[in-house]
Amino acid sequence: MKKFVSMLLTVVMILSLTACGSTGSGSGSKNNKVKAGFICLHDENSTYDKNFIDAAIAACDEMGIEYLIKKNIPEGQECYEAACDLAEAGCNFIFADSFGHEDYMIEAAKEYKDVQFCHATGTKAHTEGLDNFHNAFASIYEGRYLAGIAAGMKLNEMIDNGEITADQAKMGYVGAFTYAEVISGYTSFFLGARSVCPTVTMEVTFTGSWYDETAEKEGANKLIEDGCVLISQHADSMGAPTACETAGVPNISYNGSTASACPNTFIVSSRINWEPYFKYAMDCVANDKAIDTDWTGSIATGSVELTDLGTAATPGTKEAIEDAKAKMEAGTLHVFDISTFTVNGETLNSYMADVDSDPAYEKDTEVIVDGYFKESGDGFRSAPYFDLQIDGITLLDMKF
Amino acid sequence: MNPSKRKKKEKMFHIVKREVLPWQKSWGIRATAIILALIVCAVVTMIFTGDNPIQVYSTVWRGAFGTARKSWVTLQNLAILLLISLALTPAFKMRFWNIGGEGQVLIGGLAAATCMIKLDGVLPNAVVILLMIVTSLLAGAVWGIIPAFFKAKWNTNETLSTLMMNYIATQLVAYFIVLWEVPKGSGKIGIINQNTNTGWLPDVFGSKYLLSILVAVVVTVFMYLYLKYSKQGYEIAVVGESDATAKYVGIKVEQVIIRTVALSGALCGLVGLLLVGGINHTITTTITGGQGFTAVMVSWMAKFNPIAMIFTSFLIVFMNRGAGEISTTFGLNQSYSDILMGIILFFLIGCEFFITYKISYSKKKKEEE
Repeated sequence: MKKFVSMLLTVVMILSLTACGSTGSGSGSKNNKVKAGFICLHDENSTYDKNFIDAAIAACDEMGIEYLIKKNIPEGQECYEAACDLAEAGCNFIFADSFGHEDYMIEAAKEYKDVQFCHATGTKAHTEGLDNFHNAFASIYEGRYLAGIAAGMKLNEMIDNGEITADQAKMGYVGAFTYAEVISGYTSFFLGARSVCPTVTMEVTFTGSWYDETAEKEGANKLIEDGCVLISQHADSMGAPTACETAGVPNISYNGSTASACPNTFIVSSRINWEPYFKYAMDCVANDKAIDTDWTGSIATGSVELTDLGTAATPGTKEAIEDAKAKMEAGTLHVFDISTFTVNGETLNSYMADVDSDPAYEKDTEVIVDGYFKESGDGFRSAPYFDLQIDGITLLDMKF
Repeated sequence: MNPSKRKKKEKMFHIVKREVLPWQKSWGIRATAIILALIVCAVVTMIFTGDNPIQVYSTVWRGAFGTARKSWVTLQNLAILLLISLALTPAFKMRFWNIGGEGQVLIGGLAAATCMIKLDGVLPNAVVILLMIVTSLLAGAVWGIIPAFFKAKWNTNETLSTLMMNYIATQLVAYFIVLWEVPKGSGKIGIINQNTNTGWLPDVFGSKYLLSILVAVVVTVFMYLYLKYSKQGYEIAVVGESDATAKYVGIKVEQVIIRTVALSGALCGLVGLLLVGGINHTITTTITGGQGFTAVMVSWMAKFNPIAMIFTSFLIVFMNRGAGEISTTFGLNQSYSDILMGIILFFLIGCEFFITYKISYSKKKKEEE
């Protein structure tokens, strides 16, 4: 027991050594009514999290709001603890960026009724019935469609130059999971490409992780060996873009420009800009207004963006994209127009999607409205639910 | 330990094994090591970041004990790491290198999660929890018994086999996640029974943190007594020292190996139960977070003494908790706390050398002679 006493003394010694001084954090504040807290799955080394962190800092600085950012918070009880910590630190607007954070944010929201909890990519706000828990996403499928147009133009150029025949216009896509968000993304990308290059086909492979550089690189290489002449991806590392640069295969990126690392093969990238949402939600908190249960950003709100075109882009791409964008904003072009795709050879006139998440995957909501599949629609939910396998796309593996 | 490099010249110093030091002296050396480590950390902090080291330390402290909630979470994390370390200890003491803690925890957690998912609404909550306890202990034990059996029967290398069992457990969990994921394709199960709370281990005295802590206290006392005073504990020590001796005095070595590793695995399974049923209420492949390996170090640094393990696991948990706060406050990333932790461990492990050995300089020695 003497050992134990001496150990305790040692512990006290270390603690007393460390227990002095204090620090503040956050930026200078003009707006005292709102204090924001952000929870991120990784840190700036992940392109996905960096996209959130940059937007959070920009929005808070512009509005003069004090903020705290917690990084590297796993998708478990740690998220709940982080949210509670932020609430106890005086934050009245708390945001989490990763899909797996959602359930833990809901737990925290039940406990801190006066704090507004917002969550990106989540699916449960509309069924939980909590006043202070909200989901947000953006119609990134529109951005993917526009990026797909750039891909189709590139394929046309390759066909015109005689590099490939029209039949060889095959694209490859590295996806993370067979999740609706990914399916919606690659399908819209494919439809964009097919709107300008009618003979295009696509192969998709899955890595089973949102961030696995090796698997993404291997996936891209496998697709290239399979004869894919253009690659895009929905995963968060530089694996696929660097594989493309090495092989000299053009690449459509995600989350932000990869032009500096892939100067010869980068065409364009779509990304979600979270700044408009942060401003909207924090403005609601500042003015005691209710935040939308499901908020879907769009091209019009500035939430869906394309980066500048890379050197690999075909001349005329910019004009084609602008043209399609104008039609989208006018409401005359719908990405998932049922006249542009078939499932098992048939046109789809009705589809029940699993909008309300449940373990049985119950198909609960009719989502084909006015001749198109209404993705991220008003009154449904902001996170994607398009999970159809359309003709023209081959899934190489579905194990994830 | 052979200073023969200097053979041609006169030897500058010898390294001599010490007599056992009195406890005040050995703990004095350890305390000095920690203080030196903190000073080196402070200097490194100033050189590389320009931040005030006192501020960095106070931030670490606030991260671990800044609010009541943070203190509870720190204690809870401490309890979990301590429990895994305790679980591995009997095996280590027997010189059975169980580095399969990660897998044993995971498989225990998977058993608990399976009960929660499959028995929700089928059986009453109390029965579900009872089944969770039984199945997770059993699953952990089986995960230990498999390599132990091969070791006992055919003397296979348990370092390899326990390590490989980790990967099997991870892949099994990955498989069941794909089977039970919500929503489809997302690769996540999410909180299990969030609305019915079936299989959620109960709060103790109104606190959701206390259960793991109490379990850790009980297991610590149990393990201390078991290893020090029980017949089985003595058998473990004898088998650890020498197989031959053990056989000579009539100990059934094979039986002791299997029994001990089963205990080791069952306790790991218990941690899986606490992680899934009591804390996270979900299962992921990374729910153990590498603690199965960290625990190896905790157990070794404490020289397999359960009471000393409280201290070694505290040190690691304290620094980890502080790390998150450092990254929030100073914008340093998680790796910075790893660097600090590395320095502290270097000193702590290094000081054991000075406790076990002493350096005697040649001149001094001549005078003595």
